[in-house]
Formats: sequence, structure tokens, C-alpha cells
Amino acid sequence: MSALAWTAPAPTPTWYLILGAVLFGIGTVGVLVRRNPLVLFMCIELMLNAVNLSFVALSRKLDNVDGQTAVFFVLVVAAAEVVVGLGIIVSILRRRPGSTADDLSELKG
Amino acid sequence: MELVVFVLATAMVIGGALGVVLRSHPVHAALSLVLTLFGVAVHFVAQEAHFLAAVQVIVYAGAIVVLFLFVIMLLGVDTVDNLRIDPLRIQRPLAAVVGVAIVALMITAIVSTRELSAFPSTEPGPTNTPTTAGEPDANIKDLAENLFSTHVFSFEFTSILLVVAVAGTVVLTRRQRRTHEDAPS
Repeated sequence: MSALAWTAPAPTPTWYLILGAVLFGIGTVGVLVRRNPLVLFMCIELMLNAVNLSFVALSRKLDNVDGQTAVFFVLVVAAAEVVVGLGIIVSILRRRPGSTADDLSELKG
Repeated sequence: MELVVFVLATAMVIGGALGVVLRSHPVHAALSLVLTLFGVAVHFVAQEAHFLAAVQVIVYAGAIVVLFLFVIMLLGVDTVDNLRIDPLRIQRPLAAVVGVAIVALMITAIVSTRELSAFPSTEPGPTNTPTTAGEPDANIKDLAENLFSTHVFSFEFTSILLVVAVAGTVVLTRRQRRTHEDAPS
């Protein structure tokens, strides 16, 4: 790689897949470390976005639009998941304000 | 040029993701999540998934994050989490080990299969619509044809899923309010 003939490399799907892997790892660490249930949900959204990025990268690599359709379904499922999860969190935090994920280890109301 | 876009959007994505994990205030975490989602939308545009980029901004940044912020404000839990408190002392080193292991595993798999021609270039068919046609809105047409022909049953099932989710959330919060009214009396 000589400095004179250096041209900017175009991003390949491998770059996007690696970025998706790193984003997924950050989301995983967030889910394992954070204790606020709302922030846990945000980290799950990060992981879903990492998967979406990989889907789109492979969809472009394979020249096949099925991957983008899968991203569409992931978006719908993420929306439903957030609605139900936030409903549960609202009903939990109304009853016990300020509780973290560690306080919710038992199912007793 | 593509490299510049990639680097900038990647900086947005990674910075926002680190913000979500590391910021102690839930509102700041939600706004960092917006940064990440916009970065992912830029990546979608760079990969010619224009419709998904628009949906990403509308659904994620416009609906889901607003829902997060709404719940934060509704519950009044916008207090700073003390990140110093660590109830399980081994939790964070273990989480770091698990995260690094997962990332290393996936990157190893990606890099080792990069050179393989493991992806067969299948012939175009009803299940394999080419994504790149010359028209300006070819992406939307391809996606619509694929969604409403090949995956039409999955599409209908997602509508059932959405109805169930909305009904379940309404039931959850209503029952909670009724017991809440009973409690003081």
C-alpha cells in the first residue's frame, strides 16, 4: 500500500457486518450491566439495530430484497415489543417507584 | 466519498451506543439512542435501502424513542442512576468478558467466511428480486412486491401481532389503575 497510489477504499459488506457485531456487543454489555429497566430496553433496541444493519448489508451483497423485508418485520416486532414492555414497566414502576431490575427478582406484587 | 460517509455514520452509531450504555441519566441515554438510530439510517441510505431508512427514522426515532421519553416523563424516573453502585461485584468484569467474547466470535466468523463464495448468486425469481434497478424508486417497488407476494402471510400475522400488543397493553394498564383506585379506600 504505497502512499502515492492510495485511493479511498469503498466500504464492503464485511465492514458493515463488523460494525453490526460491535454494535451488538455494546448492546449485550449494556443489557448485562445496566439496572434501569428503561435503559435495558434501549440496549435491546441497539441489538435489534445491529441485526438490521447486518440484514441490509447482506441484502445488498446478495442482491436480494428478502433481507430488507426481514428488517421490515424486525421493525414491526420491535414496535410491538416496546409497547408491551413499556406497559409492563409502567405498571411495575407505578406500584414500586424507583425499582431497578435487581429489585424485581421475585414475582410477588 | 463513501468512505467518509461510512466513517461519519459509524462514529454516530458507536458514539450513540456508548452513550446509551454509559450515560447515567435515562433521558440522555434515550437521546444517544436517537443518535445511533440516525447513524443506522445513514448506513441504510448508503446501502440503497432508502425506504428502510425513512421507516427507521419515522418508526424508531419518531415513535419508539418518543415513547421512551414519554414513559420516562410520565413516571418521573428521570433521576440520575448512580452507576457506582454495583450489587454484584463480579457482574461488570463478567459482562465485559462476555461482550468481548461475543464480538470476537462474530468478527472471527465474519472475517473467516469473507473470502468464501458461500453466498450463491441465485437466479432472479419471485423470491429473489434484484434490488438494483435503474429507476429512482426501484427499492420501494422491489420491497413492496416482495412483501406483498412472497411474505404476505407473515405480513398479515404481524398485523395480528400489533393488535394483540395494543390490546394487551390496554388491559395491563387498565387493570393496574383499577387496583390503584381500590388501594387508598
